Amino acid sequence: MAANVALLGDAPFLILQLLLDGLMIGAIFAVAAYGMALVWGVMNVINVVQGELVMLGGFIAYQLTLWGLSPLWGVPVAAIVLYFVGAGLHHVVIRRVADRDMFISLLATFGLSILLQQLMNQIWGGDVKTAQSGLGTWFLLDYTVTVSQMKVAAFGGAIAIGAVLIIFLKRSRLGQAIRATAQNPRAARILGIDTNRVFAATYGINAALCGAAGALVVMAYSVHPYIGLPYTVRSFMIVIVAGLGNLPGVIVAGLGLGAAENFAGFILGVQYQVAFVFCLLVVILVIRSTLLQRRRQFLK
Amino acid sequence: MSGHRQPLLMLAVAAVGVALPFVIPDYRAQIAMLWALVIMAQTWDITGGQTGYNSFGNILFFGVGMYASVVVQRDVGLDFFPGLVLGMVVGAGIAAALAVLLGSMILRMRGHYFAIATLGLGIAAGEIAGGWDYLGAGSGLSPPLFPAPPGTANLFFAYLYFGVAALVFVALAALYRTRFGLALNAIRDNEDKAEAMGLHTGVYKVTAWTMAAFVLGLVGGAMGNMLGFVDPRDTAFAGATFGVWMVLMAILGGKGTLWGPVLGAVIFHITQELLWTHLLGWQRVALGVIIVGIVVFFPQGILGWARTRWPARHEHQGHGSERA
Repeated sequence: MAANVALLGDAPFLILQLLLDGLMIGAIFAVAAYGMALVWGVMNVINVVQGELVMLGGFIAYQLTLWGLSPLWGVPVAAIVLYFVGAGLHHVVIRRVADRDMFISLLATFGLSILLQQLMNQIWGGDVKTAQSGLGTWFLLDYTVTVSQMKVAAFGGAIAIGAVLIIFLKRSRLGQAIRATAQNPRAARILGIDTNRVFAATYGINAALCGAAGALVVMAYSVHPYIGLPYTVRSFMIVIVAGLGNLPGVIVAGLGLGAAENFAGFILGVQYQVAFVFCLLVVILVIRSTLLQRRRQFLK
Repeated sequence: MSGHRQPLLMLAVAAVGVALPFVIPDYRAQIAMLWALVIMAQTWDITGGQTGYNSFGNILFFGVGMYASVVVQRDVGLDFFPGLVLGMVVGAGIAAALAVLLGSMILRMRGHYFAIATLGLGIAAGEIAGGWDYLGAGSGLSPPLFPAPPGTANLFFAYLYFGVAALVFVALAALYRTRFGLALNAIRDNEDKAEAMGLHTGVYKVTAWTMAAFVLGLVGGAMGNMLGFVDPRDTAFAGATFGVWMVLMAILGGKGTLWGPVLGAVIFHITQELLWTHLLGWQRVALGVIIVGIVVFFPQGILGWARTRWPARHEHQGHGSERA
């Protein structure tokens, strides 16, 4: 471990490499996190199945390559398919638990995540899957730093998806209805907004975001039925750190998490990278509760 | 379950528990697992049902007990039974110490933040164990062989788990009647008021979680030996099986009640054993469907449903009101 830290000091280009890789995957984290914040803010549901939706998007893009299509088509196709998957999940499960105790919706979405994991395992098998996009690699600084073009494309794609979403929420009728419902569902209903439809659309849009993110993940990285939960936890951490409805915060937290995770994976060893994610979750929650505690004492 | 019939029911269950391994000797392994699941559901309910702190990560203590026990058996060099007992005690001790340490930090979080923090802990433990060479890393550990013919091992574990389950049940029945039990219920029903009444809620919460951790450490300690192998993610920190099952069983039976977790565990285990063999490969898909189904359509559980159906029979049993 100390040797790895020393190595970073000796070879500064490694720092640049880890930072670049981390920032590029961080943008994908931010997309999934933004979807989670949307569902959390509008419906008051913490969506534990988030990561499995990302994986499902990845598997759909992978399936397209099996049919001879370019996985780049996976981004729109997975988004559209996942929109309907999300709307369906909302109709069958989420709408029945959304107004109940948050533990119920946590457990229900956790059950959904086990269900999706196992379904994906049955359909696509328990191997790690990637999809070749056919893009190459750039070499920078005398071949010391490599930049995969696909990762850059994924980074750009993530930013573009985020931009489209923001314009949609600001400008479109549905986007305005979603924001109104987030502010005050009761008032929105009085003003004639069909909040049930808004909830279904919100959940569907979240799923579509996850699907697009997943298609980027399968091209730039890899997917596996059982590695969805880390994506859920990453989204959750980003949302807590940034706060609901704080888009610049989500982007900064997402990029920061990506970089932090890459450095931790290098210093602690790759086998501990997932452990780092979950430990970081606990640490962030402890810090958060300590801060809240302090504020309450101050008010008292 | 009205008060004067309670002892009769307990005697009946005890008689079944003693006789069962000889009535159906072919199912001794399943009987041992049944009582282990009963204990898991009971201990989950101490914080989950009675205190209102729903943990997704009690599997942490189970796994810690399992690893500690097998490491003690591997490194201390005692005979099988003294080694197993020492290992179980050490495992339970470490689990309890962890519960005090972690609990004092994360039990301050309210509601769902606690649930997610515990989820993180359970998975982090599995990931750490899966990378740690001292614990066998990804390939796990093998406990020593049971020093007797194969059938007797399951008989031993069936009675061991039955004994622990019975002890835990009696202890919890007594505990929930004391001031301590009332304090836990008060925290569940309204924590701010409980605090305003002068209860040191933190102490109660940490104590409750520590008790659960200690017992789960014991259960895990013996489970490594019963299953015959310790795997970081599949047996020890098995969040997707034991970890969810204990929550599900308590909810199915009726959380926040004394008999609910027992009933839930029995029904769940029997259903599982009957159905599983017919569902080759699709068992875990079915588990997901079951979780979602129970949570969405039946969150009050069997006893919770019975209580609203026949309120008169339960009214003097004050605790157990579901907080919506």
